[in-house]
Amino acid sequence: MQFIDLANPTRFLSISARLMPVLIGATLIAFAIGLYMAFFVAPPDYQQGETVRIMFVHVPAAWLSMFCYTIMALSALGTLVWKHPLADVSAKAAAPIGAVFTFIALATGSLWGKPMWGTWWVWDARLTSMLVLFLMYLGLIALWQAIDDQIAASKLCAKVILVGFINIPIIKFSVDWWNTLHQPASVMRLGGATIHPSILWPLLILALAFSLLFLVLHLAAMRTELMRRRVHRLRRLAADSRLQPRKA
Amino acid sequence: MKLTVSDLSCVRGDYRIFDSVGFEVDAGEAVQLTGDNGSGKSSLLRLVCGLLERESGGVSLQGAAPGAEIADLCHYLGHDNGLKAPMTAMENLQFWRAVFGRTGLEALAALRTVGLERIADLPTGYLSAGQKRRVAIARLLVSKRPIWLLDEPTSALDAASENLLGRLVDEHLGAGGLVIAATHMPLPFAIAATIDMSLQRSVPEAAPEPWEYTG
Amino acid sequence: MTMAWALFKRDVGLGGAGFVGLIFFLSIVTILPFGVGPDLNLLARIGPAILWIGALLSMLLGLDRLFRADYEDGSLDLLLASGHAMEIVVLAKVAAYWVTTALPLIVAVPFFGFFLNLEPPAIGALVATLLAGTPGLAFAGAIGAAVTVSLPRGGMLLAVVILPICVPILIFGVSATLAAYTDPDPFLPPFAILLALTLFSAVIGLFVAASALRASSR
Repeated sequence: MQFIDLANPTRFLSISARLMPVLIGATLIAFAIGLYMAFFVAPPDYQQGETVRIMFVHVPAAWLSMFCYTIMALSALGTLVWKHPLADVSAKAAAPIGAVFTFIALATGSLWGKPMWGTWWVWDARLTSMLVLFLMYLGLIALWQAIDDQIAASKLCAKVILVGFINIPIIKFSVDWWNTLHQPASVMRLGGATIHPSILWPLLILALAFSLLFLVLHLAAMRTELMRRRVHRLRRLAADSRLQPRKA
Repeated sequence: MKLTVSDLSCVRGDYRIFDSVGFEVDAGEAVQLTGDNGSGKSSLLRLVCGLLERESGGVSLQGAAPGAEIADLCHYLGHDNGLKAPMTAMENLQFWRAVFGRTGLEALAALRTVGLERIADLPTGYLSAGQKRRVAIARLLVSKRPIWLLDEPTSALDAASENLLGRLVDEHLGAGGLVIAATHMPLPFAIAATIDMSLQRSVPEAAPEPWEYTG
Repeated sequence: MTMAWALFKRDVGLGGAGFVGLIFFLSIVTILPFGVGPDLNLLARIGPAILWIGALLSMLLGLDRLFRADYEDGSLDLLLASGHAMEIVVLAKVAAYWVTTALPLIVAVPFFGFFLNLEPPAIGALVATLLAGTPGLAFAGAIGAAVTVSLPRGGMLLAVVILPICVPILIFGVSATLAAYTDPDPFLPPFAILLALTLFSAVIGLFVAASALRASSR
C-alpha cells in the first residue's frame, strides 16, 4: 500500500475502516499470548517475587511513550517540510495517546517501586525523564486546545514538537548527570543485569501487543479528528448566508 | 515601476478569502479596494507586503532595482498605528525611521508636515485617536518607500486631516509612487481603478446536498 | 543593524517590569526560610538552587509580554512587513529582555546570597553560572512567547511549553555552582555544558521564534 494513497482524507478513512478489524484482532491475540506468558510462563524474580511482572507492562509502556513521540516528530516534519495533509491530524491524534502511555509507565513504575524501595516515588534518572516527557505531552495538548485556528495550531505545535524532540536526549543526559550528582550509586536497577529468554519473550510479545494497540488507538483517533473537522466545516457552511436549501 | 497582482488567492484557516484576484498598479496610480467586511480587502494588502501567505497566484514588481524585495519597498498602514504609549511622538517616529530606513524626512519635519509639531514631545498615550492616526501617517514620510498599502486610512480623521492625507498621497503619486487603499469610504485622492473585492470571492467548495449557492 | 540597535534601545527603555521581577525575586528569597526553617546550614546548602529557581521564575514572569505588546499595537506587523529578518528582531528583543530582567537579578544575587548564608566562592560561582545560563533561558522563553503570542492568556501555557528546555539549563547551572566550592568536583565540565546549552538554546530559539512570529500575523 503506497503511503501517498493515504494522503486523501476520504481514502484514508475508507482504508483505515477496513484495516481496523484486522488490527484489533491482532492486538487482542498478541495481548492474550503475551499476558499468558507473562503470568504463567515467566518465573518470579528471586528478589522481587511476583511484583516483577509489573515490568511487563511498565517497560513496553515506556517504550511506547518514546515511540509515540517519535511518530509525532515525524508527523511534525510531515507538516512543516512535506506539507502532507494528514500529518497534523496524525500528530494531534497521537499526543493524548502518548500522554496516557507515559502516565501508565509512571504509575506502574511507582507501583513497582513501592514494594522494592518502600516509597511511592524515587527521583531516578529514568522515571524523572518520563515525568518531563509527560509534561511535554500535556503542554502540547494544552497548546492545541488553546489555539482556535487549526492550521496555525498545527504549524506551531509542529515546531514545538520538533524542538522537544531535539531536547529529549539533552534532558536524558542532564537528568542522568543530576541523578549521579545527588544520589549515591546504590539505586536499584529496574531492569536487572541480563534478561533470561523466559522473560525476554513475553516482554517482546507484549511490546508488539502494545505497539498494535497504539496503532489501533492512533488510527481511531485520526479518524475521529477527521470527522471532527468535517463537522466543523459543515457547520461553517451552514452559517454561510449564500447557501440556501435547494429548491425541490 | 509597475505592481502586478495576478490570479491571487488567499486562504486563512479554513476559509478561502478571495480567489483569482488580478490587477495592475502603475507608478503614479492609486487603486482602491472596496467590499464589505470579510471580503478580503485587508488580507490582500497584508498579502502584498508579506504578512500573509498566498495560496496561489503571485505579486510581481516590474521596474524596480534588481534584487529588491517587495517587502523592502512597501509601507503598510494597517488598522493599528504601531505606536508605543509611553514614548513621545518624536521617539516613535525616530524608531520607525531607524527600522524602515533613514531615507525620508526627519521625525520633526514629518510631524510638522502633518500639523503635529506642537505635540512632538508628548507621549502618544495622551493623543486623541485622530492625532495618533496622523502620527502613523507621518511614519510614511520618514522613510521613502514607493508602495503605500493603506487600510482604512481615513478612519478617525476629521475633514481637515482627510484633506491633508489627500495632499500627501498626491505628492507621493506625483513622485512616482503607487498606492493601494482598502476602504469602502470615499478617498480624498484620485483613484485610477476600483476593485470590488466582494465579487472576487469564490465559493469554498461544492455545496453539499441538499443546499445550493445563491447570490 | 541600525534596526537592531534601535529596537534594543527602545525595548530597554520600555522595560519597566524588570523592577517587578527583582521584587518577585526578593519575595522568593524571603519566603523560603518561612517554608524550610531558619537553619543557616540548610539554607547555605540549598541557597544556590533557590536563587537559580528564583531567577528562572522571575524571567518566566515577564516572558508573556516579550512579543505580546508589539502584537497588540501593530508594531509586530510593521516589523514583519519591513523586510528585515525576523531573527534579528528576535535577537534584539531577547537581548533587551535579558538586560532588563536577568541583569538586575544577577546584580542582586550577591546581596540575596547573604540572606541565605552563602560564602563568597558560592556567590561568585552563582553569578558566573547565571551570566552563562540566563541568556539560554531567555531564548527558550522566546520560543514559548512567540508560540503563544496570539493567545490572550498564554502566560501559563508558555511556561509549560518551555519548562522541558529550561530543565537542563537549571540542572547544569546549579551543578556548576555547587562544583565550584565542593572540593573534589570540577567546575569546568558542567560550566562548559551550561555554555553549550545556552548557545544551543540561542540558535534554536532564534529560528523557531522568528518562524512562529511570521506565522502569527492576524
